[in-house]
Amino acid sequence: MGPAPTTNGRRLRVLTLATVAMIGAALALTFFYAPLDADQGFIQKIFYLHVPLAIVSLCGFVLGGILAIAHLRTGDRKWDLRSYVAIHMALIFGVGGLLTGAIWAKASWGHWWVWSDPTLVSFLIVVLLYATYQPLRFSIEDYERQARYASVFAIVAGAFVPLNFIAVRLAQGLVHPRILTLTGGNLPGSMRLTFTVSLIGIALLYATLCRVELAAKSSRIRLRRLRRELLGEDAVRPLGRSAAPS
Amino acid sequence: MRAASTILRKDLTLELRTLEVVPAMVLFSVATFVIFHFALNRAAIAGQLAAGILIGTLLFASMLAVNRLFVAEREQGGFDGFLLAPVDRTALLVAKALALLIFLVVLEVIAVPAFALLLLGPSIGPPLGGLVVLLLLADIALAVIGTLVSAIAIHTRARDLIAPIIGLPLLIPALIATARGAGPLLATHGSGFPQGKWLAILALYDLVFALLSYAVFDYLLED
Repeated sequence: MGPAPTTNGRRLRVLTLATVAMIGAALALTFFYAPLDADQGFIQKIFYLHVPLAIVSLCGFVLGGILAIAHLRTGDRKWDLRSYVAIHMALIFGVGGLLTGAIWAKASWGHWWVWSDPTLVSFLIVVLLYATYQPLRFSIEDYERQARYASVFAIVAGAFVPLNFIAVRLAQGLVHPRILTLTGGNLPGSMRLTFTVSLIGIALLYATLCRVELAAKSSRIRLRRLRRELLGEDAVRPLGRSAAPS
Repeated sequence: MRAASTILRKDLTLELRTLEVVPAMVLFSVATFVIFHFALNRAAIAGQLAAGILIGTLLFASMLAVNRLFVAEREQGGFDGFLLAPVDRTALLVAKALALLIFLVVLEVIAVPAFALLLLGPSIGPPLGGLVVLLLLADIALAVIGTLVSAIAIHTRARDLIAPIIGLPLLIPALIATARGAGPLLATHGSGFPQGKWLAILALYDLVFALLSYAVFDYLLED
């Protein structure tokens, strides 16, 4: 970035600062303000990390599907790039959500994995499905076709996310008693506040990381184009096979 | 519709002449039943265990057909021919999904009695009506999602690998509904008809994915 940051750069900086502030506030609230859970004690505090990670990741998957619709409608590759970044980040957040979920399950139920919790199980299925997004992209060499097929996948999988949750929820006769019902009915006010701040913090973190990845990818693409224009075809190395749009 | 029925007739004729896919699926299913007999070391099974083994086996067997569904089009230029023809592209989706549906029904007509004969403890007679309804709804889901996944995978380098890894997670909700619906049917003194909610999930699943496939299928052909 030069001496005068571009609008994009400035926006990214503001977003980053907001993220840092929100995550800081969320951590402070989690450790010093939110009360200890009567049943589970200290470990329950992972709730403020695990649930926002999972929610943001699911929203990111659906967002990837919506951006993919824009790609198929307009044929503009920038939407494919955005859809890719949204899903890529959501997958990382999703794995984070699974790991924190496993830790929480071990601490409070005594097992690393429990099949009786429908949310956890549906989440695993969704992550399993999205784990195939990168291999799918990687195995299509033609860039234009890769973008198109990835968008089709993103749309189908995005619609699959809510359907899957309905099916798995119905399959469990007994829903595990959970403190994370988001109706807020059984969540005390101080916990709800902490949870809301954490959710916003994680959502901002998602947005920031997406922006950073988007900026990196699009500047690499621009740099390539400039090199080709200024120095000729020989100055750019041929593109290797890649799962990411390029 | 005429284009769809022409392609369907072509696929069925091809299958009748080469006997490639359906016999493979049948052999695969019967071999899997035998494998489960030895793996579980049980002469007869019932209830949820029986339903799970039957539905799981059918699901895996269907992956064989999914892998082969567009191979002829891909290898012998059928896609180009189809794209050159002045017909609605949805015709290909409809024809392929129907072909897959027919393959699955034929597979089940053989594999379900084979399962009853080899592994199932209780008699298959009483729950047969309910099982047929359940399997038909499941077959529609398998056919629609299978066709979509097959069309996605056919142009990738690792198509035999890509189709199952995408298809299986997508089919888990359908598997849940089918297996849970069939569990009580196959139990000793089981109930005669699957619970309404499983049929409802399957019907909803069929409908949503049929509409989705219809919406996105064109983009898989554009070239």
